[in-house]
Amino acid sequence: MANARLITGKDAIREALIEEMRRDPSVFLLGEDLEQATFGVTDGLVEEFGAERVRNTPISENAIIGAAIGAALTGMRPVAEIMFADFLMDAMDPIVNTMAKIRFMTSGQAKVPMVIRTPSGAGLSAGAQHSQSPEAIFMHIPGIKIAVPSTPYDMKGLLKTAIRMDDPVLFFEHKMLYYEGGEVPEGDYTVPFGKADIKRQGKDVTIVAVLAMIKKALMAADILASEGIEAEVVDPRTLYPLDMDSIINSVKKTKRLVTVEEGSRTGGIGAEIAARVAEEALDYLDAPVKRLGSADCPIPFSPALEEVMYPTEQGIADAVKQILG
Amino acid sequence: MDKGFLLNLYETMFRIRTFEEEVKKQFEDGNIPGFIHLGSGQEAVSAGACAAIKKDDYIGSTHRGHANLMAKGARTDRMMAELFARETGYCKGRGGCLHITDMSVGSIGANGIVAAGIIVANGAALSAKLKNNKKVILTFFGDGAANQGKFHEALNLASVWALPNIFICENNLYGEATPQSKHMRIKDISTRAQAYDMPGVSVDGQDVLKVYDAVSEAVKRARDGKGPSLIEAKTYRFHGHHIGDPETYRTREEVEEWMEKRDPVKLFKSRLLKEFKADNKEIDAIEKKILKEIEDAVQFAAESPMPDPAVLTQNVYV
Repeated sequence: MANARLITGKDAIREALIEEMRRDPSVFLLGEDLEQATFGVTDGLVEEFGAERVRNTPISENAIIGAAIGAALTGMRPVAEIMFADFLMDAMDPIVNTMAKIRFMTSGQAKVPMVIRTPSGAGLSAGAQHSQSPEAIFMHIPGIKIAVPSTPYDMKGLLKTAIRMDDPVLFFEHKMLYYEGGEVPEGDYTVPFGKADIKRQGKDVTIVAVLAMIKKALMAADILASEGIEAEVVDPRTLYPLDMDSIINSVKKTKRLVTVEEGSRTGGIGAEIAARVAEEALDYLDAPVKRLGSADCPIPFSPALEEVMYPTEQGIADAVKQILG
Repeated sequence: MDKGFLLNLYETMFRIRTFEEEVKKQFEDGNIPGFIHLGSGQEAVSAGACAAIKKDDYIGSTHRGHANLMAKGARTDRMMAELFARETGYCKGRGGCLHITDMSVGSIGANGIVAAGIIVANGAALSAKLKNNKKVILTFFGDGAANQGKFHEALNLASVWALPNIFICENNLYGEATPQSKHMRIKDISTRAQAYDMPGVSVDGQDVLKVYDAVSEAVKRARDGKGPSLIEAKTYRFHGHHIGDPETYRTREEVEEWMEKRDPVKLFKSRLLKEFKADNKEIDAIEKKILKEIEDAVQFAAESPMPDPAVLTQNVYV
């Protein structure tokens, strides 16, 4: 990668915000505590761009999302931050009933070029209301695009695409990935929505994972490789649009599918992917699909309980071996 | 006051009344589907308020939004076609009564969720502030919306950021089927402005000139960068919450008394003739023109094609 450095996910996102705000004066930020950000993503931005474009808000998620929608409808490109993805639930009405629908309801008179950035995921003993992975909920709402980056490279490139896009985007940032390093080029580049990244080639099984589960899936692939099993790891990178072509092509090759997510299994990302594979490629499958995710249970506080909630590399490897027979 | 301006106000009010009564008839004749929320009785609020802003200013509207939109300058033929669910409607039959919008006249949408438009309106005001283009927004909502958390979040944010947003509460005395006395303890919703350190005023919403004056003052304040205001216009809807509402929560006598003594269109017409020396011929000409306009609007709507199911999913995404 030309001009690449090793930086964290948090810094990759900050870099995308800085570059887009320098490029386009209609881009601005709003959210709670942006000047002293909970995960540090927006630290220092107010010094460069001023308080007009880096807007600290009251703790009012409806007002934040509402203001972002209204600004987007009238020519701005707001990037709203919701401090924890759990707090999206505070603003479900403007997200689901206005942001997602106003373009359709006005038959294209309106467009809503806005991004909602929000940290999701467990791992910090933050308990049931600060650890959720609610990505799949929004796959059920037509009118929203959804990004689920797993690397600093994708975080920067997908966020730039999201900011330049004329559709509203929900941009999930896994908390545990904020502090993971990765190679990121300096300067401008974008990553397209709807194009999966094949993280590792393999012929024996397809593992589709997102966000922090990509790392687990790759570790599982290492375990499996040591036992002579070649896993293909597919990162869809966006849930809407969802690159089913890449997933189905992989399944046609490997004949087996395991999905891995951190959210609850029921009604989850894997449920949708499995159903689509069943509709479009059932005849290619040599084994039942396996879905891995959290138990249907709120996220507990105790690390002793939290760490058994979501899939591990060994759990993924075991699931693969199970369907390989 | 300039007579042309006053006659224009009357024309707007008469247009709203005529349109709304025709919509009721067309609905009852089976030509309009869905839930229809009429603004008959509330004409003076929209007409007076929208006369106080410019063409390129914004409005944010509600489920009872026909009057807001007409007062901002939308065409009645395309509105009627939308209610008839036709392809020629403003939203090509995708919106209907609850979401009828013409963004080209400055509407940022009619929101069917009570109070949801209030939070969105702040964003348009924020755009104006960031672009420093001196535009303002009139944000319409009802007494029911004043009890939503969104009302509090929005007025607080508008105050903290000094947004050019004029919050106009069309208090028609009933939050759907619940009278104001049963949904809040206060009488004047404008008193809630104190909580946000913004001016709050209650005006007679049946008096178009009083509404115009109050909104004009708030608009001047907003354009001067002094931030938002809350205006409560006390008004009344002549019909139910929606057409077909059994209206068990109010008496027929109460409705008839408002229609007889507090009809904003009749009240203003009589002031035009007596106080402002308009002559009957001028008024007749306006009324005749509007009656023809609405008749043509119905014909346009009725003759327009239904939307094509083949393009159902257009405009879900850009």
